Amino acid sequence: MSDQAFVRTEMLPEKEPPASTVGIVGWLRENLFSGWFNSILTVVALGFIYYVLSGLVPWVFQSVWNADSLNECREIMTETWGSTHGHACWGVVNERWLQLLYGFYPDHLYWRVNLALVLTLVALAPVLFAEQSPRQLWYLTAAYPFLMPWLLWGGSIWGPIMVAAGFAIGYLGYRILVPVAGGLVAIIAAFALPIIWWLFLAGGVAGAIDSVIPIGIEAVESRKFGGFMLAVLLGIVAIGCSLPIGIVLALGRQSDLFIVKTLCVGFIEFIRGVPLITLLFVASLLLNLFLPPGTNFDIILRVMIMMTLFAAAYMAEVIRGGLAALPKGQYEGADSLGLNYWQAQRLIIMPQALKISIPGIVSTFIGIFKDTTLVSIIGLFDVIGLSNAIRADTAWNGIYWELFAFIAFLFFIVCFSMSRYSMYLERKLHTGH
Amino acid sequence: MSELMTDREIDRSKMHVSDNVAIEITNMNKWYGSFHVLRDINLTVNEGERIVIAGPSGSGKSTLIRCINRLEEHQQGSIVVDGTELTSDLKNIDKIRSEVGMCFQHFNLFPHLTILENCTLAPIWVRKTPRKEAEETAMHFLEKVKIPEQADKYPGQLSGGQQQRVAIARSLCMRPRIMLFDEPTSALDPEMIKEVLDTMIELAEEGMTMLCVTHEMGFARQVANRVIFMDAGQIVEQNEPEEFFNNPKSDRTKLFLSQILGH
Repeated sequence: MSDQAFVRTEMLPEKEPPASTVGIVGWLRENLFSGWFNSILTVVALGFIYYVLSGLVPWVFQSVWNADSLNECREIMTETWGSTHGHACWGVVNERWLQLLYGFYPDHLYWRVNLALVLTLVALAPVLFAEQSPRQLWYLTAAYPFLMPWLLWGGSIWGPIMVAAGFAIGYLGYRILVPVAGGLVAIIAAFALPIIWWLFLAGGVAGAIDSVIPIGIEAVESRKFGGFMLAVLLGIVAIGCSLPIGIVLALGRQSDLFIVKTLCVGFIEFIRGVPLITLLFVASLLLNLFLPPGTNFDIILRVMIMMTLFAAAYMAEVIRGGLAALPKGQYEGADSLGLNYWQAQRLIIMPQALKISIPGIVSTFIGIFKDTTLVSIIGLFDVIGLSNAIRADTAWNGIYWELFAFIAFLFFIVCFSMSRYSMYLERKLHTGH
Repeated sequence: MSELMTDREIDRSKMHVSDNVAIEITNMNKWYGSFHVLRDINLTVNEGERIVIAGPSGSGKSTLIRCINRLEEHQQGSIVVDGTELTSDLKNIDKIRSEVGMCFQHFNLFPHLTILENCTLAPIWVRKTPRKEAEETAMHFLEKVKIPEQADKYPGQLSGGQQQRVAIARSLCMRPRIMLFDEPTSALDPEMIKEVLDTMIELAEEGMTMLCVTHEMGFARQVANRVIFMDAGQIVEQNEPEEFFNNPKSDRTKLFLSQILGH
């Protein structure tokens, strides 16, 4: 028998891992003190964190909440702590927070904004948490795009109903024309009929019905909109519309049809090649030159369209990345089973491509939500625009940090929630090992 | 040589070739760009035939069977499957695809759906089968490929051999009249090849019309009624397996067989 020969006669039992590698001790050793150099880095980092917090925490919490002007703030600080340095003056937030949130929206109608927000959250539930939500909520989600603007802008109920009717007309036109004239004609009609309806008929019909059965609530003009509410409104519309448009653009860019592909590529490259701020200026100034005199094309609606198109172009590229990451075999698997193009896209390709793209999609969402602050440059009073106005007030002239910290806090809550949700979604959709 | 070792006698009572033509390929040519990948293919497959297509890599054998359900488009000649000619008419393509099952080298299961959902998807959406009925059919075929207990798992949780058997079950759920296999065992560990081949043998025993691109010459010998050898985009030789392996006619076939059976 040679020296290398070996036969195990008894199998080894399972043993506990060494105590120093598990539990809190194990975690600390592995993550913070795994060697002398890392230990030094840990201590230095802790020291730095302490230094930052020792300045920040007193500034936030040893602060003045009740004051009518910056000068009053400073007097109170000097009385209480002996100096004005290192203490925040939250008086400005205390005094102006309603304005920062609602802009110039009439204060007896704040409930409508609040209700719209609640409605948003309820309508989002079946989209975000499909499995935990009752199915009936989908009806509310479907009605939401018409209810929410009506709540915010007010006016006659017939306006939003006629807009909704346009979709019904498109659908009916499609169903009627498919057997008669074939698929392509029906699809074109499904797009053309609602547009004709909205442009030429909807307004008149809504007015006519309203004169017979007037149902409506107090109207609020667009120039009264502002504050964080405007950011949320623009954000919801841009986010909600950019995803479906982005999907269509991404598919169009992959299409075999030359004209469809060229149009999509041209659109995406043009929009991505132009700064958002230029598009916003086009929306606010240039469109007036081209539209026939006397047309009243709402400024917020124009901004919404521009932001949606901007977000959609980025979304299309993010989704194209997801599509490119899918193995060709998935398309072949779907094809070989006899699924048609749209079935394959809906059931096989998109669920996987969107899942791959979740981090990119959410980054685009967060980006476009923060970009809503750019509307302050074209004269809308969103939070940034309002903060400039507040600082121009003699009472608060010279205040910076407190206002911007508050605004940052508002944005952070929303963006952080989106980020956490995307991580939850990624975990939920993870089906591999 | 990877000789298949079936430990049982193959039941040939239902394995008979009928006179009905299942697939008729006439003077078919295909190019990738300017590369002539399939040249003057003429092939008639009758119902119940079990054909193994062999050949070196790049010889066009995969491309040939992928043309049969139009995963690849041919530019000349005609392919008639079950009486329907493959043209660019999407209706014909979808009809043929729902009647011709296909299994791929890399399974191509849908990783975001459970095993059961993988099997019920096409019956529900293409055949408009009620969900309950589709699930019963799916369980029937999952039992047939011996993995009913995995129905609620995801493909990523299964071994390669199990995934390929699911892929076969998924195809069978559409009740295909013809099955195409594109190197179904090439991506599998040796241990798992047998379980997939056993499933394929069972299928053959039930009289399924099968076209298999494979390097499993043992399977070809035991199950096929005809072996086709392809090289450089052409059918070089076809014969009954006994004759093909023991008495190859062309030099190209002899060289190929000596290379794959040589050790």
